[in-house]
Amino acid sequence: MAETNPAMAEAAAPSSSATGGMSAQRARAIAFMTNRHHLSWLETIPWVLAIAAYFIFPDRMTFGTQTLIMVLFALSLDLILGFAGIVTLGHAAFFGVGAYTVALLASRYGWGEPITALLASAAAAAVVGFASGWLLLRYRGLSLLVLTLSTTIMLQEIGNLFPTITGGYDGIPGLQISPLFGVFQYDLYSHTNYLYCLAVLFVLFFMVRRIVNSPFGEALAGIRENVARMHAIGSPVHGRLVAVYTIAAAIAGVAGALFAQTNAYVTLGVFDFENSAGVMVMLALGGAGRLYGAFAGAVIYMVLQDYLAKMSPAFWQFGIGLLLVFTVMFARRGLFGVLEDARRLLRRGTP
Amino acid sequence: MTAALEIRELHKNFGALQVTRDVNLTLDRGARHALIGPNGAGKTTLVNLITGVLKPTSGKVLLDGEDITALSQAKRSRRGIARTFQINQLFRGLTVLENLYLAIGERTRACNRLWRPAGAEGAVIEEAMVHLESLKLADDALKLVRELPYGRQRLVEIAIALAQRPRVLLLDEPAAGVPSSESHLILDVVGALDPDIAILIIEHDMDVVFRFAKQITVLVAGAVLTQGLPQEIIADPRVRAVYLGAEADRETRHG
Repeated sequence: MAETNPAMAEAAAPSSSATGGMSAQRARAIAFMTNRHHLSWLETIPWVLAIAAYFIFPDRMTFGTQTLIMVLFALSLDLILGFAGIVTLGHAAFFGVGAYTVALLASRYGWGEPITALLASAAAAAVVGFASGWLLLRYRGLSLLVLTLSTTIMLQEIGNLFPTITGGYDGIPGLQISPLFGVFQYDLYSHTNYLYCLAVLFVLFFMVRRIVNSPFGEALAGIRENVARMHAIGSPVHGRLVAVYTIAAAIAGVAGALFAQTNAYVTLGVFDFENSAGVMVMLALGGAGRLYGAFAGAVIYMVLQDYLAKMSPAFWQFGIGLLLVFTVMFARRGLFGVLEDARRLLRRGTP
Repeated sequence: MTAALEIRELHKNFGALQVTRDVNLTLDRGARHALIGPNGAGKTTLVNLITGVLKPTSGKVLLDGEDITALSQAKRSRRGIARTFQINQLFRGLTVLENLYLAIGERTRACNRLWRPAGAEGAVIEEAMVHLESLKLADDALKLVRELPYGRQRLVEIAIALAQRPRVLLLDEPAAGVPSSESHLILDVVGALDPDIAILIIEHDMDVVFRFAKQITVLVAGAVLTQGLPQEIIADPRVRAVYLGAEADRETRHG
C-alpha cells in the first residue's frame, strides 16, 4: 500500500510539533486504522481457487461463469446490506437493467462490443439506482422492503408492456456479442467467458474493498450502527445512502450485463423475485458485511443448487431453504461468522 | 451581543396534546443553563426541537441570531449544535476511536472521501486521540463501545459531542444510569468544559444543578414556570410546590 507512507508522515507531523513526538497510543490508533485495509495473504485464497477451478474443471466453465456472476451480484448487495444496512428485496432490478442494456444495445443497435456495453450497463443501472434510491431511501425496514420489491415488479411489468422491444417473457435470444478486445472468441465451453468474468470481478471486488475501507465506508458503518447518532453528528445520511446505493446498482448492473453477454440470451425473468431473494440468501449463507462472504455464499448456493437440481429437479429449493433455516438458527452471521468464532476459540485455546 | 442560542415562542403539539407551550429561552455565549422540571415536563422534547429531531408547530430557533428553524438536524449540527442523549446513542459495534473518527470526519467532510483509506486521514485520527486523551479514554480507544462499562460509554457520548466542536451543547442527563460512585467523573468533565461553549443541561440531581448552573429554567407541563438565578429558583415557592408535589407523587406511586 503505497499511500500509507505519506499518510503516516502527515499524521506524525502535527503531533510532533504539539507534544514533541507521537505518543504510543496515537501511533497505535493510526496503525489500527491503517492496518485494516492492508491485504492479508488469506485474501489470495478465493482467487487462487478460482484460477485452480479453471484448470481442474475445464468442462464446467459454463457453470463456473454463472457462479462468478452471482459472486459479483452478491458483492454488490453486500455493499449496501452488509456495510450500510440497507435491506432490500429488489436488487434484481439493477441486475435486470444491466442485462437488458446489453441485450437492447446488441439486438437493436448492433452494439456487441462487450467492454463498452458493460460500461453502458453500469451507467444505466446507476441511473435507475440513483433515481429509485433518492426516492426510496427515506424509508427503512419493512417499508423499504416493500418499496424495493414493488419497484422491481414495476420495472418487470414495464418491460412486459413493450414486448416488441423487450421480447416480453420470451426474452431476446441470440445476442451477437463481439469477440473480447476484438480478439478472443467465445468457445462452447465458456473458457473465455470464465476468465472475462473473473477479471471483471477482480477489478470490481478491489474497488468495493477500497470503498468500504475509506472514510466514506466508515460513515456507512456508522449509518448501519446508529442512524440517529449519524444525524446528530451532522452526517448527510440520505446523500450517503443514495451514493452507495447508486454504486451498488452499477455493480449489479455489470453482473446483469455479464449474465446477458455470457448467455447471449435474456428474458424478463431476470427481474424475478427469486433473483432478488436468491442473492439475499447467498449473502446470508456466506455472511454479510465482510466481502468474502459474498464469495463463499454465492459458491455454496450455486454448487448446492446444481447438485440438488440434479438429484431432484422439482424440489431443489427445499434443500436450500433447509440450509438457510439452519444458518439462521445456528450461524446467524453465515459461514464467515462461524469461521471467525472458530478462530477466536482456537486463539483462546492456545496460550 | 447576539445570543448563542435563542428560542422564541416555541410550540409543539402532537395532535391535541401540547408538549411544548410558548417556550422562550436564551443562551448567551458560554452560558451554563440548567433545564429542570418533573418527569414528562417536555425537557427532552425541547432538546429535540432545538436540534431539529422534531419540527415545532410554531415558533423559532435562532443560532447566533440566524433562524435555523427550517434546517434539518444534520445541518444544525454542522452549524454548531451538539447534544448528548439521555440514553446512549453510540456506534456500539465500532471502536471508541471510530466513534470519534466519525464525529470528526463528518464535521471536516473527510467522510466524503471514498477513494482513500480511512487510516490515511491522519489529522482526523490525531484529533480523535486528543479528545480521548482529554477525557482519559485513550486507553480504551481500540475497544468496542459495547465492551465498555456504562459509565465510560457516557463519557464517549460527551467525547463525540465535543469532537463536533459545538458552539451550543445540549446535555440530556449526562450522568443518567451511571452508578453514583462513578458519576463524579462525568460531572467533573462537564464542569471543566470550554467556557466559550453555551451549555444547556437537563439534570435531576439538584446538587449538580446548583453547582453547575448560572441560570435555571423550570419547565412544567411543556411551559416555562419560571427562569432565573439559582438562588431565585431555590427560593421560589412555586418551584418547591412542583418539585415536592412531584416527589410526593413518585413516593406514592412507588409505595
